[in-house]
Amino acid sequence: MSFKPVILWTDALVYLLVAAIIAFAWYVRRHEHLLAPWRRVGHSTSGMVALTVLIFFITVGLLDTVHFRPAIGNSSSGKGDKVYSVEVLSLLDLIAAPLRTRAEKTYSAPFASHLYGRETVELADGRQVREYPRLNFGAAHLQDPETQLVADVAWRAAAGGALGLLLWCAVVASLTALLAKRSGKKYLAAFSDIWRGATGIPWNAICITLALILSVLGAALALSTHYHIFGTDKVGQDVFYQSLKSIRIGLVIGTLTTLMMLPFALLLGITAGYFRGWVDDVIQYLYTTLSSIPGVLLIAATVLMMQVYIETHPELFDTIAARADLRLLFLCIILGVTSWTGLCRLLRGETLKLREMEYIQAAHAFGVSHWRIISRHILPNVMHIVLIATVMDFSGLVLAEAVLSYVGVGVDPSMISFGTMINAARLEMAREPMVWWALLAAFSFMFALVLSANLLADAVQNAFDPRAKIWSAKAGLLPLRGRREGSKAKPVSSAVEDPAQP
Amino acid sequence: MNPLLQIDNLETILHTGAAPVRAVDGLSLQILQGETFALLGESGCGKSMTALSVMRLLPEAGEIVAGSIRIGEEDLLLLPEAAMRNVRGKRISMIFQEPMLSLNPVMTVAEQIGEVLRRHFNLRGAAAQKRILEILNQVGIPDASRRMKEYPFQFSGGMKQRVMIAMALAGEPELLIADEPTTALDVTIQAQVLDLMRDLQQRDGMAILLITHDLAVAAEMADRVAVMYAGEIVETATREAFFRSPAHPYSQKLFASLPGKARRRQGLPLAAISGNVPPLSREFVACRFADRCDHVWELCREVAPGWSEVTGSHRVRCHLFNEDSRPRAQEPGRGSQGPESGVQGLEGSDGSDLPAAPDRESGFAGSSLLSVTDLKVHFPIRKGLVKRVVGHVKAVDGVSLTIRQGTTLALVGESGCGKTTVGKGILQLIPPTAGSVRYNGIELAGLERDRLRQMRAEFQLIFQDPYSSLNPRMRIVDIIEEGMNALKVESDGKASHAEHPSPVPKGSRVDALLESVGVPPETKWRYPHEFSGGQRQRIAIARALAVNPRLIVCDEPTSALDVSVQAQILNLLKALQSTLGLAYLFITHNISVVEYIADEVAVMYLGRIVEQGSVDEVLGSPRHPYTQALLSAVPVIDLETKREIIHLHGDLPSPANPPAGCHFHPRCPHVMPICRENYPETSTFSSTHTARCYLYPQEPDPASPEEPGSTSPEEPGSTSPEEPGSTSPEEPGST
Repeated sequence: MSFKPVILWTDALVYLLVAAIIAFAWYVRRHEHLLAPWRRVGHSTSGMVALTVLIFFITVGLLDTVHFRPAIGNSSSGKGDKVYSVEVLSLLDLIAAPLRTRAEKTYSAPFASHLYGRETVELADGRQVREYPRLNFGAAHLQDPETQLVADVAWRAAAGGALGLLLWCAVVASLTALLAKRSGKKYLAAFSDIWRGATGIPWNAICITLALILSVLGAALALSTHYHIFGTDKVGQDVFYQSLKSIRIGLVIGTLTTLMMLPFALLLGITAGYFRGWVDDVIQYLYTTLSSIPGVLLIAATVLMMQVYIETHPELFDTIAARADLRLLFLCIILGVTSWTGLCRLLRGETLKLREMEYIQAAHAFGVSHWRIISRHILPNVMHIVLIATVMDFSGLVLAEAVLSYVGVGVDPSMISFGTMINAARLEMAREPMVWWALLAAFSFMFALVLSANLLADAVQNAFDPRAKIWSAKAGLLPLRGRREGSKAKPVSSAVEDPAQP
Repeated sequence: MNPLLQIDNLETILHTGAAPVRAVDGLSLQILQGETFALLGESGCGKSMTALSVMRLLPEAGEIVAGSIRIGEEDLLLLPEAAMRNVRGKRISMIFQEPMLSLNPVMTVAEQIGEVLRRHFNLRGAAAQKRILEILNQVGIPDASRRMKEYPFQFSGGMKQRVMIAMALAGEPELLIADEPTTALDVTIQAQVLDLMRDLQQRDGMAILLITHDLAVAAEMADRVAVMYAGEIVETATREAFFRSPAHPYSQKLFASLPGKARRRQGLPLAAISGNVPPLSREFVACRFADRCDHVWELCREVAPGWSEVTGSHRVRCHLFNEDSRPRAQEPGRGSQGPESGVQGLEGSDGSDLPAAPDRESGFAGSSLLSVTDLKVHFPIRKGLVKRVVGHVKAVDGVSLTIRQGTTLALVGESGCGKTTVGKGILQLIPPTAGSVRYNGIELAGLERDRLRQMRAEFQLIFQDPYSSLNPRMRIVDIIEEGMNALKVESDGKASHAEHPSPVPKGSRVDALLESVGVPPETKWRYPHEFSGGQRQRIAIARALAVNPRLIVCDEPTSALDVSVQAQILNLLKALQSTLGLAYLFITHNISVVEYIADEVAVMYLGRIVEQGSVDEVLGSPRHPYTQALLSAVPVIDLETKREIIHLHGDLPSPANPPAGCHFHPRCPHVMPICRENYPETSTFSSTHTARCYLYPQEPDPASPEEPGSTSPEEPGSTSPEEPGSTSPEEPGST
């Protein structure tokens, strides 16, 4: 075997999460009434466009999660034992090997052929000149970058884009074939359905998004083999590669921290609001105390303690990646522990309101147990708050990671994250001439990630709130609705079948 | 006389959802100087939209697409927005339904009225203050000079509505639009507010456009009446003509669906109008009422009826009155339609599916099912850092009542008197502070949770607001099965479930339940928001029935519903009572519902029952002054007899600090010195009829020789309660 699989702690949790999502999806598919709201998500144009973009990020993140250690040659002892590299690589590293390995000396701008700063170079004849040296890899194939660069970039971008579009055509063709087969229509009919927007799921919007992503991706990939499309950083590493690597850290911090936070917030918030009395008092004191301690201090203390532990027990970690990963995990945990108070407070307030609702009283009258009331009545009715809070937190957490990296208690310095990139950019922006591309790359990747997550969450929330439709109708029809009966709810047939779905 | 307000062919559209909603569709009306014009109709008919169109205050999605609205000579629809601001509040002003929501909570009352004066009269400073005081005095706010500096939360509901009226009057408008001005108020407060509006109108000679769903309020207030249905006016007449002989089948149905004593005597179910108001997003080609009308014939489904004249100014939009189109001698008249049962399917489904319990009727008929003795529910008032108890809100303070198997006890009283708390205290949803609740001989108060849970199937609850009593995120089938799941688990071995030895599949039982309450079983996979208010209330009833209860506490089950839907629900409750032998504790403030459904009545005031007896005794010959006042304040549709309203002053005192002695004495017209000292003992008039008042002999001796149903008792030191003019304004109860 030429490699040895490595499963880091966060990898395991991500696998667990993926497994849980697959199991959930399988369960939902078998239950028509659970499927109905997800169908509505499927019918939301913005939601599906966001999902398409998000899938790209998730794919990159997952590729970056499959870790292994490659074998290096044969062992010196010759006993046939393979020796594995101490460097833990991921599938993404393997795919992006050219990006990873082709490091320059220092800063270079996007698509540059020369370094960003002058250096003293010794010529062949022994003279020393200060000039912009050529890059080792970026645009190295060009004889005369001054004249050839623009044309070459344009040509490669066009070729890559065309290749991407070709791939897209194949995807659309197979998609159409699939839809035609499912709906039992002719191929052309299915094709025109897609483009007229006659399908339930907005395939036309998805296809357009996909066309954009694939052509941009194709162009980027075609260019990145010969250029540093986002430039290089201080030590000459490709910023595009760094951005791709940062995606996993962003996703892990965003999702795992939320997972750590949710049990606290849900359990404590709902029990406080539901039981009131001394339970409420205890929980309130707990979160008031916790939220009055500066979070950064708590996080710094924990992370530093963790760091000390890691350094005093080097025997527990066989690779640097394992150490960095454990630190990331603890960062997630401590971020989760310190950030549940806001959501907890919201949930407590909402539960206080809900517990007085008449349907909860009715459940009491049936002798339904407390935990069943909480899980069947209260939990589903606060889920929209949870959903909004988690998505809002997602971007906040990615930023918090950046702040912590600045203080020095963020992710391990050996890891590349948006936080470390932004932190580095702090100095780069102050430099003259300014180095702007690292920040721009981090910004645009984070922006796309957070925006698509927000849009998707919006769509999900709309689809899952059965009252949302009525509210929008009611708001117009009866602005003065008081005690009397409101507008007649128009029966929304849940049986609206999507022809594309089985 | 020239019309003050002239609306011609008004069309208002709401752009919501897929199809535009024609909220108002070709409406024309005239209001003369100084008259009261009542616009009647169920909710969703476009009444409020008409009012908002006149004010040009439509919501964002609303648009007036055709027609004209003239006030005097001015066409409001042609005015620019800036000029419209001179009309609003000055020439036309409006009172809204919910006084709690229509006053700004962070401005004092004087500031809010001052805004109007500044805008329209440029009145400031001392002059404005003087005028504000004057207006507040006009609307009968006691101690106005002090109270004008107070904030809305310091006023009670009735006082807030008075402030609202004061604001509307500040501009000295020619037309006052009152959109359900008393719907949110108690009946005694409603009488005060309606009186006030009438007095002000007589003095100032302004016109009132009264929007209401309450036929009786319209009968009391209006000079002319128009009935609105599905966005258009279907009938317009003078008050006398309309209430003497309503012409349109819809109007007739509205009358027939009113509950009351007469209906009960006849033993008829109420004439519920089947179905609902059609969605206004639909395109109408024929008569809008055709689907729900009993007199419908082919023409109704093809051609929209035009206006036909019945007599003089009495006009109706119905083919029945069009001489040319009338097919045969089908004379429409009141009561000609057959009794329409709201319980479709009850007859159809055989009893085996239903939770019928034959043994109950034989075993317990007539025996007391529930007896409550001296029930007290006090809520502690806590203050300070350590939450020390500084007092108690005595929501329920010694209530005793008995409900017999298969009968209905109505608990009547104003809001805030503790009716609902009694219901919840009986069901042990709120732990009682003291007293005993014996259900079938078993003491419920203080029963531990597990034992109580086993008993839960026996007594259930139906709520007031069908919008908040069903979990919006559960499907109907889950809602109904919840109680079955929660209670069946423990109650396997219970005798009451012996009829279902081999458990009927749960699904089919849900179907049977839904069918028995008249909801199509195939809709059980839907969510509550897809149903109308009446259907939701039916589902709530089905949920309660799912566990085979014998006692149902109905907490104002119809007060959030339209009259026609209320009739459906009352019919359903009655039918279920006769088939299943249920006992009801019916909590309500609506006297006509009590007349229709109750066997016994208990009148509650400030946490205590002041009078109790059979429905005929209490409603026929009320003894307690509060009962008398309450009954007299109920508006009635009776053109001939001008009844005398016994005016109660002030509002319900706070249960945290009830008045000493008889709780009612600050508002009582017959107050005597002794009333201020001790709470009266029980006076017995018959074996069932009791009251607690010093006007009657204070003997706990049950063998009182008092004749039930006799004329007003002559008591020393008091005038007869029925005698008009005996209302003494001493001690206004407001604080």
